[in-house]
Amino acid sequence: MSHAEAVDPNVPLEYSTEHGRLRIFGFWVFLGAEIVLFATLFTTYLIYLHHTAGGPTAKDLFDVKGFTIETFLLLTSSFTCGIATHELRRGNRGGLIVWLIITLLLGAGFVGMEINEFVDYVHQGATIQTSAFLSGFFILVGTHGCHVSLGILWMISVIIQVSKNGINSTTARKAFIVGIYWHFLDVVWVFIFTAVYLTGLVL
Amino acid sequence: MDQLMHFLTHKFFVTGEPMIYGADVAIAVATIGILFVLTYFKKWKWLWREWLTTVDHKKIGIMYIIAAILMLFRGGIDGLLMRSQLSFPGLKLLDAQHYNEIFTTHGTIMILFMAMPFIIGMINVAMPLQIGARDVAFPYLNAISFWLFFWAAMLLNLSFVIGGSPDAGWTSYTPLAENGLDPGLGENFYLLSLQITGIGTLASGVNFAVTILKMRAPGMKLMHMPMFTWSTLITSVIIVFAFPVLTVALAMLTIDRIFGAHFFTSTAGGDPMMWANLFWVWGHPEVYIVILPAFGIFSEVMSTFSGKRLFGYSMMVWSMVLISALSFIVWVHHFFTMGAGPAVNSFFGVSTMLIAIPTGVKLFNWLFTLRHSKIRFTVAHMWALAFIPNFVIGGLTGVMLAVAPADYQYHNSYFLIAHFHYVLIAGTVFGMFAGLHYWWPKMFGHILDEKLGKIAFWLWMVGFNVCFFPMYFVGLQGMTRRMYTYPANAGWTSLNFIETIGAFLMGIGFIVMVWMIIYSARHGERDVTGDPWDGRTMEWMTSSPAPEYNFATLPDMSGIDRFWYMKQEKGAVEKWRKQKIEEIHMPDNSGRPFIMCVLFFIAGFGLCFEWIWLAIVGLAGILLFMVLRSLFDPDEGHHIPVDVIERTEREAGRL
Repeated sequence: MSHAEAVDPNVPLEYSTEHGRLRIFGFWVFLGAEIVLFATLFTTYLIYLHHTAGGPTAKDLFDVKGFTIETFLLLTSSFTCGIATHELRRGNRGGLIVWLIITLLLGAGFVGMEINEFVDYVHQGATIQTSAFLSGFFILVGTHGCHVSLGILWMISVIIQVSKNGINSTTARKAFIVGIYWHFLDVVWVFIFTAVYLTGLVL
Repeated sequence: MDQLMHFLTHKFFVTGEPMIYGADVAIAVATIGILFVLTYFKKWKWLWREWLTTVDHKKIGIMYIIAAILMLFRGGIDGLLMRSQLSFPGLKLLDAQHYNEIFTTHGTIMILFMAMPFIIGMINVAMPLQIGARDVAFPYLNAISFWLFFWAAMLLNLSFVIGGSPDAGWTSYTPLAENGLDPGLGENFYLLSLQITGIGTLASGVNFAVTILKMRAPGMKLMHMPMFTWSTLITSVIIVFAFPVLTVALAMLTIDRIFGAHFFTSTAGGDPMMWANLFWVWGHPEVYIVILPAFGIFSEVMSTFSGKRLFGYSMMVWSMVLISALSFIVWVHHFFTMGAGPAVNSFFGVSTMLIAIPTGVKLFNWLFTLRHSKIRFTVAHMWALAFIPNFVIGGLTGVMLAVAPADYQYHNSYFLIAHFHYVLIAGTVFGMFAGLHYWWPKMFGHILDEKLGKIAFWLWMVGFNVCFFPMYFVGLQGMTRRMYTYPANAGWTSLNFIETIGAFLMGIGFIVMVWMIIYSARHGERDVTGDPWDGRTMEWMTSSPAPEYNFATLPDMSGIDRFWYMKQEKGAVEKWRKQKIEEIHMPDNSGRPFIMCVLFFIAGFGLCFEWIWLAIVGLAGILLFMVLRSLFDPDEGHHIPVDVIERTEREAGRL
């Protein structure tokens, strides 16, 4: 951004401008807020875990096979997203685009399965209106799903820009930040897997 | 056709009250007046170019402050209406429903649409200058934050004439605020407008934190920063960790109301107490979000006008850090009486009282700053000095409220009302007035008239104490908050009448302040030096008003109050001014934040009326704007060439 800034070969491209450094740091601060947002949703869910009001319970609904595949898809996508960042650091435009596409396809698979799961629950009479437990469930898992969906749109936009402009300090920053976001969603899913699905089956 | 008319008169427009018709006329006249003036004086282009599209933090700060003063007027009128209604027993000026609406909007507006934007405006004006930054870290985001707040404020104010005002109190307690007990649009307006302004506040928090941590002048370490900047940093951290809780709580109540979920209902497993907890998990830190920046301003003002370095600088910093940490573990003191049990109440009572320790440390440090100094009684300093005794009254009664068993006596009585007005007005509002007088020359290049300022000060000071001090006693005598009238034999009449007189004195004080602003624009003393108060911190190094790029050059700024010591050192200021000027990179103006926030307004308005299609149109528009910006905005900005900077500096008499 600043015209006088010299490019240091030891600094990754996304950190090479003041603009880039500020935005990456700002995104980390924003993720602090996201942690609080999800923490609030987790708390609500766990408090309402047994507030089923005579409606379906976690044990009635959760399907081990379904959420295991979802978990597998999302964890793998985090790995492929890591490879994408690696390709970014190597300056390999083709590699970056390919791995980003694989990542977002895995993410889309995850979202598809989640929608399927939700539709299935609704057909079983388990809706957001049924009980406080289900309100808590749908908003926690649904908020995560919305984040993943937004991440997919975001990644498409980054792919367009990388293929149009190549890897420069701006596109490198954008690809890097969407990567941080994606890993963050993965970490949140690990907590959902534990606190929602496993806890729901055991407690 | 009949259906449409029925919808318009029964659901869309609020009808049936003379005050509403008055407001309709006032809004129409004001709108036509503004349109006429802008057209007649051909100011449309100027307005768009200079203000609506600006990304300059100083201009955004000024817009925040103007909007906050307008909201102070609106919230103040609400307050005066309430006091008028209560001045005698059995009055029928307002009915119960109208009274509910007015105390709700009074609280909501004063906290979220007056105090918050006032503070964020002050931060925008002063903080980047205090650390020698050219701008905030994310100028475009800063503009979005402002317009989100602005359109959210419009949304809430609109509810008065369209759809109906919220009426469940500014805390919007469930199940009272749920559909079952409170159908209609008012609560939706509350939820959506808070949601929209909250997103903007969160963005501001991120923005300011990054600005302070990453964009300080060369040599300025964290422990060299001015105290107002420190308070901003800590406030920003609280915002980042507290506001998402509000976001979630508001979203859940919105989903309850519009989509029939059961987060806070009394049926289907929902728990109304969840709302109280979530609201105050955000709401208590919010108290410190609005007080800490005021503390920062008092520190600056007292140290400047006593001509001394702030006493106990590092203690001041650490006490703020401690306050911010404690602020997150006291929320239950807002509902000691709701059955949490002795152990929980004890924990929250003790943690609340602990806050008195760092706060006391700060008060003593201010007193020691004043000790053995030559005090200059400027208006800014008078507001700061008046803060100390008044705030102590509010603080000590706060400790009384923190005693959980005693709180069963005071709970929701006027004792509480007196307490929080003593801390919020003597703390935040006095702080903002001190800051307004202190930084006015930096914003506009002239000094506010000191004589009118002193008249307004004394009107406020007398009015404030006459209005709120009797509330402690009427509260102990059993008068509870949110009563719209009371019987003549309750024994509360004379105190209530005195309170009303005080409220109107403050109202007159406000009018004098407005006149002071208008008068000073014409006749106020011009500030040609950029340093009218013999200041100590960096904002006084540049000209008044500061140029677009803030500082032409920056010297090494290591050390507390570096500018003040530079002025004592012979030749240091001249040496800094003679530094070589280089071209400066600045961000471009953009109309997108304004338009995007109009879309937020449209989406919010749609959700209020539960017109999901309109909400989707608005949200899709927002998403489209984000994508377009990401894909096609090269984000290049522009460079200010050396000769332009030199000319600007020469015109300001600095070269």
